[in-house]
Amino acid sequence: MSGARNLSAALRRARVPRPRIALRPTSSQTPLPTTAARSFTVSSTVQATKEIKFTSDAYPNVKRNPNFAELTPDHVTYFKELLGSQSAVIDGVSTDASDDIEPFNSDWMRKYRGHARLVLKPQSTEEVSKVLKYCNENKLAVVPQGGNTGLVGGSVPVFDEIVLNTSRMNNIRSFDQASGVLVADAGVILEVADQYLAERDHLFPLDLGAKGSCHIGGNVSTNAGGLRLLRYGSLHGSVLGLEAVLPDGTIVDALSTLRKNNTGYDLKQLFIGSEGTIGLITAVSIQCPPRPKAVNVAYFGLESFDQVQQAFLQAKGQLSEILSAFELMDGRSQRLVQEVTGKKQPVEGEYPFYCLIETSGSNAEHDMEKLEAFLENVMSEGIVADGVLAQDETQFQALWSWREGITESLSHLGGTYKYDVSIPLSELYQLVEDCKQRLTEKGFVGDDDSFPVRAVVGYGHMGDANLHLNVAVRRYDKEVEKAIEPWVYEWIQKRQGSISAEHGLGIAKREFIGYSQNDTMVKLMKQLKNLYDPNGIMNPYKYI
Amino acid sequence: MSALRILVPIKRVIDYAVKPRINKAQTGVETTGVKHSMNPFDELSVEEAVSLRQRGEDNSSPMKVENILALSAGGPKTPDVLRTAMAMGADRAFHIDVPDANGSPEPLTIAKMLRGVVEKENINLVLLGKQAIDGDQGQTGQMLAGLLGWPQATQASKVEIKDAEGTVEVTHEVDGGVETLRAKLPLVITTDLRLNTPRYASLPNIMKAKKKPLEKKTLADFGVEDTRRLKTVKVTEPPPRKGGGKVEDVDGLVSKLKELGAL
Repeated sequence: MSGARNLSAALRRARVPRPRIALRPTSSQTPLPTTAARSFTVSSTVQATKEIKFTSDAYPNVKRNPNFAELTPDHVTYFKELLGSQSAVIDGVSTDASDDIEPFNSDWMRKYRGHARLVLKPQSTEEVSKVLKYCNENKLAVVPQGGNTGLVGGSVPVFDEIVLNTSRMNNIRSFDQASGVLVADAGVILEVADQYLAERDHLFPLDLGAKGSCHIGGNVSTNAGGLRLLRYGSLHGSVLGLEAVLPDGTIVDALSTLRKNNTGYDLKQLFIGSEGTIGLITAVSIQCPPRPKAVNVAYFGLESFDQVQQAFLQAKGQLSEILSAFELMDGRSQRLVQEVTGKKQPVEGEYPFYCLIETSGSNAEHDMEKLEAFLENVMSEGIVADGVLAQDETQFQALWSWREGITESLSHLGGTYKYDVSIPLSELYQLVEDCKQRLTEKGFVGDDDSFPVRAVVGYGHMGDANLHLNVAVRRYDKEVEKAIEPWVYEWIQKRQGSISAEHGLGIAKREFIGYSQNDTMVKLMKQLKNLYDPNGIMNPYKYI
Repeated sequence: MSALRILVPIKRVIDYAVKPRINKAQTGVETTGVKHSMNPFDELSVEEAVSLRQRGEDNSSPMKVENILALSAGGPKTPDVLRTAMAMGADRAFHIDVPDANGSPEPLTIAKMLRGVVEKENINLVLLGKQAIDGDQGQTGQMLAGLLGWPQATQASKVEIKDAEGTVEVTHEVDGGVETLRAKLPLVITTDLRLNTPRYASLPNIMKAKKKPLEKKTLADFGVEDTRRLKTVKVTEPPPRKGGGKVEDVDGLVSKLKELGAL
């Protein structure tokens, strides 16, 4: 409409240094590494100049499976003839293409790096089927790869596995306005799918930081969680059907668009969250909700974790169907964000806990009425000490930046040990307290440079009982690492928690699965893996 | 001069972050079901008024603020932004009822109405946004100063009360630098983007704002009629950007360039 609108928009955006949904971080940004002894990362400046360490060197106990064949030029010729197009094969076997292959060989956190020499980008399910059949017959190992935005090294090769990238399978196949079911290829970028749906007044039921790069096939195969899980549920519920290819080339057509289908074992569930270890997902059908017309955000300061729990209970009770996010940030995490961004905190005064609440609904007045009643209630009952309510989009985004900016702020301050865990709600924050106490008793935590640990912070998706425990450190210290692990896993195990709530296993957490799954479960999983992938060519060295 | 009695006129507009759509009849912008907020420039005016009060209270400014009156003309949803202004710190509000169906009154009408308010309420400082982002006319402040015969300082990026006699210094950005102007109250100031960062409405203040007085008035109360001298002929969107095409590989690019005669 007007120049002033654009100018004001531009200038005001400049005040909010980080967009609420950041696109995929570039390599100049540092990692939100997950966990594991080796997941320590140094600050970005150091990284930019440093070569990424080969995963095979970082994990010396992982050996290349000698049953796998070595790639030969004959194999490459077969793939070239099969896939035809010049852009479908990046051949590092018969030519030197290491620069072209590098992006497929390493992850965006610059933490994992493989030795792959061949990247294949099939364009159809049939092509995937033929590729996998050939690989299976010739014992060639394969890494399925989508947008390569994972956090546990699941989508990059370890040794010389062939990278099977889904980026050229990027068609949206259909959308039904009445049922809200979207059917799309695995390689469709999440944000593209969401924009397509936005034009049709619908919403992709998943939202996460990497939305500009990640593929929906990868999202489904890793069972990604994200920011709106509280509202729209897990992909195990919203995915109605999928199409996948087994290692022997069998095409599994389970691309149902039905909400109800009680006919036999629900096999599609096996592919959701199995990280490409039993087959490659080529398409999904997913239930999409109508896009909310009214969104509100409030940000609170609270005096205790007990009050955080009360506020959550009240929010669920009073906001019920319009509540779309309930995020927890502890005081230390917010002070670190302030330290790095230099922004003024939305709430005056310091509190040990902060919460961000988002509501999404179809009627702004109805939502506001509910939200105000809720706010009045929690204020008058003394559950919430202070808080603010976003009055416009600028403030909406600025408030979110206090939650979403934590990861980036931490990365500016040095390295971080990160643990993405799920614990029963009542004990959610106790892990942070216990970890802080443990490290303090050992004399690691302090304000000046003689102490390795800067701060122990906790934040996360309160609504999903999912906590991110972060230990921000000034420098790498083996002693600190030993003090945290395996103590933290044992702590979680005692409470029947999950050592990986939403980031998955990949290579980073493979060896720790025993803390969250018993021997019988692991044995059943291995049976499944052997049943569908007897040669073990699918995403080897990872998962289980 | 004893204390500041500030008038802050504000406008409810489509939120700056929302992309406006032209209606089918091409007579204006679609407003139903679209998120509205306070005009960003007006937010700055409210913030500056509240900040002047704080500066007066902690004695960093030589004049205290006696009263801040927020005012807005518009339909039944206008009180939303007035409550926001009061949650930010305005003391009371006037809602000038103008039916939505007619669109916004012209700047001269608004300026005349504001003159009436200034006279009736004994205002000595008017802080306005330099323009509203919906109509972009940017005339009201200047017209008001003209009607009142007051000095005006436009596009302020800094406002400072210099003494208890009401000397005010206003800095604004000009080509190649900044210019500082001095004037005596009463005064009209229009605000620009770099003036301040508007505060959040805190929950306790949002609740208090509900109890602050909000009076409903009409243009006639200030002896003004909603006369229109301009007619909107047509509203159209800029031509859509033509998207680029994608080619499969280098060969595809070469043949495409040849096809277009670029090679």
